[in-house]
Amino acid sequence: MKRGHLLAFVLTMAFAPLAWPFCGFYVAKADTKLFNRASQVVIARAEDRTVLTMANDFQGEPREFAVVIPVPTFIGRDQIHVGDKAHIDHLDAYTAPRLVEYFDPDPCRVMMLMERSAAAPASAPPSADAAAKSLGVTIEARYTVGEYDILILSAEQSDGLETWLTDNGYQLPAGASRVLGSYIRQGMRFFVARVNLAEQAKLGFSYLRPLQVAYESPKFMLPIRLGTLNADGPQELFVYTLTPKGRVETVNYRTVRLPTGMDIPIFVREEFGDFYRALFDEQVRREQMRAVFLEYAWDMNWCDPCAADPLSSEELEALGVHWLDDGRPGVVPMPRPVPPGRLVPPQPQPRNVFVTRLHLRYTADTFPDDLVFQETGDRTNFQGRYVLRHPWTGKADCDGARQYRAALPARLEHEAQTLANLTGWDIATVREKIGPDRLRQPAPQPGPWWRKIWPDAGPR
Amino acid sequence: MGRATTAPQTRWERAGVEARITHRLARALAADARHYQIAILAALLAYAVGVLGAPIAPATVLVAVTVALTTQAVATALLARRAGATTTSAPAFDFRSPLISALSLSLLLRTDTLVVVALGALVAIAGKFLIRVRGKHLFNPTNLAIVVLLLAVPEHAWVSPGQWGESTVVAFALACAGGLVLHRSERADITITFLVAWTVIVIGRGLWLGDPLAVGAHRLTSGALLIFAFFMISDPRSTPDSRAGRIVLAVLVALGAALVEYGLWRRNGLFLSLAACSMLVPLIDRWLPGPRHHWRRPGPASPLTADRSPDR
Repeated sequence: MKRGHLLAFVLTMAFAPLAWPFCGFYVAKADTKLFNRASQVVIARAEDRTVLTMANDFQGEPREFAVVIPVPTFIGRDQIHVGDKAHIDHLDAYTAPRLVEYFDPDPCRVMMLMERSAAAPASAPPSADAAAKSLGVTIEARYTVGEYDILILSAEQSDGLETWLTDNGYQLPAGASRVLGSYIRQGMRFFVARVNLAEQAKLGFSYLRPLQVAYESPKFMLPIRLGTLNADGPQELFVYTLTPKGRVETVNYRTVRLPTGMDIPIFVREEFGDFYRALFDEQVRREQMRAVFLEYAWDMNWCDPCAADPLSSEELEALGVHWLDDGRPGVVPMPRPVPPGRLVPPQPQPRNVFVTRLHLRYTADTFPDDLVFQETGDRTNFQGRYVLRHPWTGKADCDGARQYRAALPARLEHEAQTLANLTGWDIATVREKIGPDRLRQPAPQPGPWWRKIWPDAGPR
Repeated sequence: MGRATTAPQTRWERAGVEARITHRLARALAADARHYQIAILAALLAYAVGVLGAPIAPATVLVAVTVALTTQAVATALLARRAGATTTSAPAFDFRSPLISALSLSLLLRTDTLVVVALGALVAIAGKFLIRVRGKHLFNPTNLAIVVLLLAVPEHAWVSPGQWGESTVVAFALACAGGLVLHRSERADITITFLVAWTVIVIGRGLWLGDPLAVGAHRLTSGALLIFAFFMISDPRSTPDSRAGRIVLAVLVALGAALVEYGLWRRNGLFLSLAACSMLVPLIDRWLPGPRHHWRRPGPASPLTADRSPDR
């Protein structure tokens, strides 16, 4: 049976990454309960030069927002920048797990091809405020960048820092002192950001834009330990890395590839977000929440199939890719119309940017240590890709069609089992959704009686 | 029963054959520490590929093993020719050491091209014959190959130390420790000293930082660390001859690795440190001399494990 012709649909990720925030932790003023459940971080790095972009989907009063992030070096005023959330959304869409649709051809004839494409999710959040004074801790610098008031702190003792933060109205989660102390001894500084309400009003943004920090340090790591302190349950983190050589992996945790490439039932099209979340839940459960998942690894010049266009050079630079050549051609989005009969063709561009998307769910127990990364020379492309194959529903009655129909229930059953296995969903429910009728062997077609003894005897 | 010894018929006979096979296998494993090592490495490789889904292609293992064995065969043949007719002094081909090197290399080295694997196996074995001081090779073969590749072609060679998972590491540690007990290996001292020194450094640093013990414990559960401790630093052919010398080397390697990992914040501290410290071994041997190691099995010789010296 010749299957599959072309993808019609690349559904982007119906899944807007929950909520975001950070590797740091939220510190609330007063008793507001704040959780940082999920974060998105983009790390652009070549040699030791690193640009960290942190997006957050903080859902509280802007004046309640504050974040403390350990950074490896002193950060000057011009090393801090406020980025554009749209770039991260674009990167998210580009690297998102995707659904691909194929339509089975008429088993009696050659099929026509179709194609379409898809859209990305949207999300928007609010903002916040604060002010600060010194008390026993060195405020190395104080900046206002965009809508943020930023302090760079260093401290001799964690108690001092904790006292200072508490005195200044920050509410620290239990156990913060110990973790702060560890970072202090490692010579790290603290980047404290709060929202400047006046600036925010002047700028007119209704949400908090991503903060970006540029620094040069051999430490290719992401401090996640503070973030586990005030979290109520496991947290979600998406790390996108942009590097010149190849795929990035964690060196102190297993990096596991998300299962990919399976055929799954058609109904998932309507609930792809649920599917992806269930799939991820199930994989996390199987790895006992001790692995980092690779969701995407690709040369930034192309995609196949594209969940969104590759990022333009301007967008990449905005996200911290500082090694692009100056003489390059400008924007190089993928040509969208896909030639029939093949997937999006690779069109190598002179941009050596490799994107890796890592996704993890963590608690202090399962991820006790900060994430440490390394860039590898592996440029093998990888994507989370799930396939829908629409059965052919024509009426024709040739031998091919009969065989096709006879084989279909087994195929649908296999898809049902794949789905149940990937997501942990109940197989009976899955079968119910597919439609029990379709899973049943079709009643024998009334045909000439001799077909029973000579099944292949057709006209020659 | 005048039956010819063809296929065993009764249950008892079958059980007897199984017992004989098991017994032979056990004897082979016990006969030479290297047999046990080969068995552990092969099992780990199978587990890494089959269960953990490690990206180790069968071709990688095949290339590593073929190149390592071929290099060893060619080098021993060349040496034999040079030694002339005096066959007593000519080294015989031994498959065990190159096989261990090839398996360790397959487990540790990650690359995007088979050429690098072949190069690694070649460097490992050739280095053993070419870089010698006073009749003893300077570097552990796998260590040399990894360090050379990491430094020479960093864009095509890397080590993935995090890819083992904690349960694997625990089981692997038990198997390795079992090997030490089984063979009462004279080189266990360097493995144990190194592991103690490294644990003291990692846990000590954690205590100084005020980290919970879980952080240090997590850092110590690394498959790469165990391969390093049990199969690399313990290589009797490149470690100091005396026990005191080996203890000195183990501590130096641990300190060097800590400097790389926590001082310079670079990766692969263990491998780099061992390669650097190996260059001090001739000095350590002069300072703290001891009897030279030769692969030898305790008890009656079998054709597989007969002592050969000078071995390589």
